[in-house]
Amino acid sequence: MNAKKILSLLLREAGIGLALLLLCVVFAVAAPRFASATNITNILTQISINTVISVGMTFTILLGGIDLSVGSVLALATIIAGKIITNPSFSVGTAVFLAVLGSMAVTMTCGLFNGFVSERWKIHPFITTLGMLNIARGAALQVSQSRTIFNFPEAFNVFGSLSFFGIPYIFIIAVVVVFVGRFILNRTVFGRMIYAIGNNEEAVRLSGHTPSFYKVLAYVLCGATVGLAAIMYMLRLNISSPILGVGFELKAIAAVVIGGTSMSGGKGSMVGTFLGACIIGVLDNGLILIGMGDFVRQIVTGLIIVVAVIIDTYRAKFSFKTEA
Amino acid sequence: MIRLPKIIEIKGLTKHFPGVTALSNVDLEITQGEVHVLVGENGAGKSSLIKILCGIYQPDEGEILYLGNKYAPANTQDAIKSGIRVVYQELNLLSYMSVAENIFFERLPSKAGLVDFNKLYRDAKSMLDEVGLKISPRTPVHMLGIAQMQLVEIAKALSGDSKVLILDEPTATLTSKEINRLFEIIKRLKQKGVTIIYISHRLQETFEIGDRITVLRNGLKVDTRLTSEVTIPEIVKMMVGRDMASEYPYQESVKVGAEVFRVEELIYQGNDKPISFSVKAGEILGVAGLIGSGRTETMRAIFGADPKRSGKIFLNGNELVIKQPKDAVDGGICLLTEDRKGQGLILDMSCEVNTSLANLAGVSHSGLMEFRKEADVATRFVDELSIKTSSTKKWVRFLSGGNQQKVVLAKWLFRNCQVLIFDEPTRGIDVGAKYEIYMLLWKLAGQGKAIIVVSSDLPELMGISHRIAVFSNGKIAGEVMRDEFDQEKILSIAYREYLKIGSVKEN
Repeated sequence: MNAKKILSLLLREAGIGLALLLLCVVFAVAAPRFASATNITNILTQISINTVISVGMTFTILLGGIDLSVGSVLALATIIAGKIITNPSFSVGTAVFLAVLGSMAVTMTCGLFNGFVSERWKIHPFITTLGMLNIARGAALQVSQSRTIFNFPEAFNVFGSLSFFGIPYIFIIAVVVVFVGRFILNRTVFGRMIYAIGNNEEAVRLSGHTPSFYKVLAYVLCGATVGLAAIMYMLRLNISSPILGVGFELKAIAAVVIGGTSMSGGKGSMVGTFLGACIIGVLDNGLILIGMGDFVRQIVTGLIIVVAVIIDTYRAKFSFKTEA
Repeated sequence: MIRLPKIIEIKGLTKHFPGVTALSNVDLEITQGEVHVLVGENGAGKSSLIKILCGIYQPDEGEILYLGNKYAPANTQDAIKSGIRVVYQELNLLSYMSVAENIFFERLPSKAGLVDFNKLYRDAKSMLDEVGLKISPRTPVHMLGIAQMQLVEIAKALSGDSKVLILDEPTATLTSKEINRLFEIIKRLKQKGVTIIYISHRLQETFEIGDRITVLRNGLKVDTRLTSEVTIPEIVKMMVGRDMASEYPYQESVKVGAEVFRVEELIYQGNDKPISFSVKAGEILGVAGLIGSGRTETMRAIFGADPKRSGKIFLNGNELVIKQPKDAVDGGICLLTEDRKGQGLILDMSCEVNTSLANLAGVSHSGLMEFRKEADVATRFVDELSIKTSSTKKWVRFLSGGNQQKVVLAKWLFRNCQVLIFDEPTRGIDVGAKYEIYMLLWKLAGQGKAIIVVSSDLPELMGISHRIAVFSNGKIAGEVMRDEFDQEKILSIAYREYLKIGSVKEN
């Protein structure tokens, strides 16, 4: 990447990048603890899971769709993975490996269902994934008999709290996922199709493609990120529970939207999503540190989401007008 | 000639955009009650001028006097309030609302805070009568044909008591019968004192309807002339700045070979009559017919864009099973749809993306995009088709209509199909770009491709086709060879099947 490209990327993401920087500065001044090493590690841990889910969510929103089921599917995946990992007949290594595999299999199957049903019967993904939200939550409760699973292997639990010079491993995983997501979106034919379909599906179809195939694939991909996020969540909490992940879909959608991705599809970026997730994480953490109550915090977070989107519409209008 | 009062006086109007001067010191006077025609190639400045008049753009320099007063609308609402209104080429109607609601959308009659539907339908009915449209005001707009929608737009524009009506390419999608009716309406409006600014690429008709004609070129006004004192070749020369050999190039040298493409007994959804025809290598088959006669429907069914009930398609003697556009494209058939912006292009993506859209395999390797290659391909086609754009990275939304169409062409040329179906390839495109597209058709024909051109512009079809198949009421009512081309003959075939039923269907 040459200097010019970096500059243009910065400019494009500058608005949100600057907002993040500004937030950090404000919190650092208002709450001295904010900038401490422990707290930074803490924030990085907290945003990791939302970041990974948001990467998957970006694909669906770029298509003009949405996935409301991510939170419930995550809960179901932790249950399945938890059952596997606590199975005494496996060695630790095998158990962890199979747990990851099981989690991904469950979430990708749910993604396949979301995508296939939406495309086969032309149902808006809002409805399909709303259905899946209930199905997966119900399944999680049923399979677990609404019991929490714990007693994971010690090595597994320890890994979740390890960090590399203050950077938690699960955050490193999240960053890798962002880069993989960005690579898929910007460099592959599949990514090109995602943008193209999000902009004008009919033109893509009439150019000799099968948009449905790519759309279903995007939901499966979104499922895959949820599967990974489920394992990361288990690393962090050291439990599996059918009531995990409530409201995760809204957090992920917020990150994507704050990151500048258009809800009508076709426009947005992975780096934007990452910065969006960072902003939400920093807000959650910083507002607590400056002593804001739980209720007020929700109000402020909500307002910031709306304001971010309003600012983005101005940015879009501005860039539109400057083109001849 | 009696000097009528000037309704609009434009002085030294200038408008710059980054990198382009859209209008440069333009002076123009519009007389009350005249039909003033604006012509010029795409990018000549017509749209910018119109957009300033209706308040979308603000001029950088110059001023406009309207009824003797300074006129500087800040937005469309201002312009409408002053009585200046535009009927755009792209219709802006709400599909799922009724005709009446569309006409009076901006000021629905109300009684006690509720919409007074009785008055609404009554008023709408009288507006529809005014434009000669015999439909119920309760009809949802999406059930109308394009010509009817256009008339609804005009009714809407008139409902606001407009003094100046700007018609932007009003006939681009109309058949000759519909055009005649539109002209009747324009004449009636003129008698009522409505001033009309008329923009069209079809010079013939501008002479028929216009009083005066103003030619713009590269943002400059070339001249304003009385239509009675100027000829079409003179206008064309003013527009392109040079002489053109002929409006339609016809190349005798292109050899028509063996049959390449055959359609047998195709019945498209919503029709019950089988359609069969064939095209030879190097042949340009013109397809004529009224809108709704089945020409577009047939082409879309062949391509797999819409489902078909039955029928077989053969390419080089082998049957192609086409269930979706992918099958057609893979088989070597492409379709340039009539709706360029909605179905042909991804407007908010670059020229490069649009060029490679139908042939991503050509610019990728094992699933990864090769951006260098893609840029090279786009650059090659920009040069080859002389697409005017400052960069191949620029969104195609910002290109003019003619250049957008060339991007669609580039997309299919890069795919290298053997059968090319063009549905209204020159609609809304200026004379210069039209000529370039005709030349391209001939180049493709010379390479032995089979070409089908659907068009509502009969002189154009007669100018470029070897043979014309005429659709009428869902079937091919006749085929005419080049040496028998005759406008009246083709028209009479186009109406034949409608007359058989006993009445001409309202279209």
